[in-house]
Amino acid sequence: MKSSVITFPGSNCDRDMDVALKKFGFKNKMVWHADAELPKSDLVVLPGGFSYGDYLRCGSMASKSKIMQSVINFANSGGMVMGICNGFQILVETGLVPGVLLRNKYLEFICKNVFVKINDKKNKYFKNVDNEVLEFHIAHNEGNYFCTNDQLKEIEDNNQIAINYCDENGKIEDQFNPNGSLKNIAGIFNKKKNVLGMMPHPERMIDTSLSGEDGSLFFKNLINNLK
Amino acid sequence: MIVNEQVAVDHGLKKDEYAKICKLLKRTPNITELGIFSAMWNEHCSYKSSRLHLKKLPTKGKKVIQGPGENAGVIDIEDNDAIVFKIESHNHPSFIEPYQGAATGVGGIMRDVFTMGARPIANLNSIHFGSPQHKKTKNLLRGVVHGIGGYGNCMGVPTIAGQTSFDSSYNGNILVNAMTLGLVKKDKIFYSKAAGLNKPVIYVGSKTGRDGIHGASMASASFDEKIEEKKPTVQVGDPFTEKLLLEACLELMAGDSIIAIQDMGAAGLTSSSIEMASKGNLGIEINLNKVPCREAKMTPYEIMLSESQERMLIVLENGKEEHAKKIFDKWNLDFAVIGKTTKSKKIELYFDEEKVADIPVNTLVENSPMYDRKWKKAKLPKKNKIKKEDIKHLKIIDVLKKILANPNVCSKEWIWQQYDHTVMGDTIQKPGGDAGVVRVHGTEKAVAASVDSSAVYCWAHPLTGGKQVVCESFRNLISVGAKPIAITNCLNFGSPENEENMGEFVECVQGIGEASEYLKFPVVSGNVSFYNQTKEEGIKPTPAIGGVGLIKDYKNMITMDFKEVDNLVLVIGKTEGHIDQSLFARTILDEKNGPPPEVNLFNEKNNGETLLKLIDNNLIKSAHDVSLGGLITAVAKMCIKGKKGININKPKYLINEIEYLFAEDQGRYILEINKKDFKKVADILNKNAVHFDELGTISENELYINDKTKVTIDELSTSNKSWLTNYMSK
Repeated sequence: MKSSVITFPGSNCDRDMDVALKKFGFKNKMVWHADAELPKSDLVVLPGGFSYGDYLRCGSMASKSKIMQSVINFANSGGMVMGICNGFQILVETGLVPGVLLRNKYLEFICKNVFVKINDKKNKYFKNVDNEVLEFHIAHNEGNYFCTNDQLKEIEDNNQIAINYCDENGKIEDQFNPNGSLKNIAGIFNKKKNVLGMMPHPERMIDTSLSGEDGSLFFKNLINNLK
Repeated sequence: MIVNEQVAVDHGLKKDEYAKICKLLKRTPNITELGIFSAMWNEHCSYKSSRLHLKKLPTKGKKVIQGPGENAGVIDIEDNDAIVFKIESHNHPSFIEPYQGAATGVGGIMRDVFTMGARPIANLNSIHFGSPQHKKTKNLLRGVVHGIGGYGNCMGVPTIAGQTSFDSSYNGNILVNAMTLGLVKKDKIFYSKAAGLNKPVIYVGSKTGRDGIHGASMASASFDEKIEEKKPTVQVGDPFTEKLLLEACLELMAGDSIIAIQDMGAAGLTSSSIEMASKGNLGIEINLNKVPCREAKMTPYEIMLSESQERMLIVLENGKEEHAKKIFDKWNLDFAVIGKTTKSKKIELYFDEEKVADIPVNTLVENSPMYDRKWKKAKLPKKNKIKKEDIKHLKIIDVLKKILANPNVCSKEWIWQQYDHTVMGDTIQKPGGDAGVVRVHGTEKAVAASVDSSAVYCWAHPLTGGKQVVCESFRNLISVGAKPIAITNCLNFGSPENEENMGEFVECVQGIGEASEYLKFPVVSGNVSFYNQTKEEGIKPTPAIGGVGLIKDYKNMITMDFKEVDNLVLVIGKTEGHIDQSLFARTILDEKNGPPPEVNLFNEKNNGETLLKLIDNNLIKSAHDVSLGGLITAVAKMCIKGKKGININKPKYLINEIEYLFAEDQGRYILEINKKDFKKVADILNKNAVHFDELGTISENELYINDKTKVTIDELSTSNKSWLTNYMSK
């Protein structure tokens, strides 16, 4: 399986993602934002970080990068595109997934482990994951998902919510919502579910010595689903 | 502008210093030259009050690759890997503008580290605020935490440990000390010594603006009521540009184009160019019209004194300009050839085709003032006798809960949750433990780091306090299973012109020196911050020690959370019952006098090294050093972290229970071991003559001393975790 990780100026989880993808068997290539063409890929990842310093709206400058036109074309032709954290912010700015990401409700950066409940398994990202609940890790300042009522209806009708913040038993309640996201949304798909944007960082959960191992579960499953 | 004595005094120079400048130059300096002298000769850059004493610190050791004098210290961690690290203060700017002050402190120290070719792999910080009741404290704390996070998070470098304290002596002068560790290959370390004639001098990074002019001079003076007017001297940070600068510099460093490189920190272009020339025994000629400027019509004076952030000065090999420029273009950073090295041994500046400065480098560096300031030796205070009637009404559990909720002991999760501590995917011990630990990427090795200070002990008796801080750093590293290698120090004091403050400095440095010599824990880098003082009132002496140690196999790392019910808990090191200057004495008895606990270097070394032996033999399940709040506070924290309880044995000591539980005697650790290992452990401890007590057995969920003295761990956890969150949300 071939993957590509895009490096934007200010990306800082690009290496972590490279390490994780390789660990679970992907042949990964790092792709520079100013390149015009994507290498042949089975998966394209937009990594976390602070692209262009996030000085304008998070992700908005990066969404206009040269490489993004190829990424958008790739996604529109059914290619798998995953945006993590800042990558999710870039995805909403391109319009590949609906909604926006606002500043966290308590106006503070949050770095901690959270539990997320998998809402939909009829897709290549979560198909065959045994668990209903995964322990993931978040580190962000702008992860407060928001969209209009009409958008929300459409998202729910199409089952586009990927994961919701919850407790360890999968209970989705306000008290387990770290950032004020609408409906505790932590990750969302496009209509065809080939594009996934999510705030949590599975690449930081790939080793028992780190924050946990549910990221390993996610990546192992992902590469199997793509085979 | 005509330069005279008054203008020099307005620049923070003393009258005799001005006379010395005129004598060295054999003429009156022009305004640009005066600016350069004032920047180089202020306390912050010249260490004029501290140099004499800093020379006494032990700086050498088998593992030391580079001691003080470079951008940062470097230590050997084997297999051609080295760690570059340093701590630095950004106290004055952080009080004036907490967000930017703290942010640029973090940015500055990271630059010091990657200037040497190292990729930053961990940040730490030591931050100190006034009394929680003081009207400025909350906003300063919030601003500083946001600033540290804002910069470090954007750079993608994990903040893995830190220290926060509150004390009314910081009401008018907060402390913000930032520390960074970087990883480099031993044969790819870069230094700031220029070499070779007619080599191009390159400016890279952000453009130069008018921010931060005289920042270093501001940091070399006490505060008065007009402090708010100093805001323009605080620099503005741009972590995004620094991230680009980091990647671009490391890309260029991968080749062989660079002869010398130096970041533009305090005193900007002035100190960076002069340091490179001075170390290389060369001259440097700069055309200031070539310096990329953010604002129009900047004068030579402003260009030389600006402290705009995210800039570097490089001496390149001839012919490598195009190659280097390509890299900086790729990262959208300014790149300009602004001058060349010369044999003149002078700093020569040109602007609009006119020579605007012409100063021999040695007058600025070797001839800079050095003072042997008067200082007063501190007496060891007399011991207090605790009166039975003062403590007999106290209930142990109530006292423990109060201490766990004390601002200086309570959980700092509210702070460190705002720092990205897991980016880079190698953080294996997060903040909240004895030390932060990161793996050396792609290897079995891990590096542990901790930052400590004990202002109260240093205030009560500077010599003992200085020793104690080094020992505490040593203990914190050992507690996570790391072998301590070296330290960096950030020496925060009041005015050196005050004999008592100077005495505190001299004796703390002496204490640090004695302990680091004995423990073979040398000082490889550091920074002095004087004038942490508002009008006549200075801070408590606060030397902060950043310690670094190595864990050869990261799977053997130790954490402090209790692991398993029925395991045994031991205390190693003897409990003498020293209550003076303990948190118990200061907050429960309201007794602020008396000596700090004595430091016995032999015991420190012996206890620590023996514990490392136990860890090497896989006999230790968890460990934690005993510090603020004494033995029971340490045990309670291990219970909280592990969500386990403990049955505590009644001490077999002559001292009373309160003294046993709350005394802050040094050199002690709490250990968890498996029952079946007891004999092996006891043998090793006895063989090495380490005193130990059997403290108790791990249980489900209660801290139990007897039927009347017990408490659930949930209750202790609430006391420990709620204070800071409640305080910040009010």
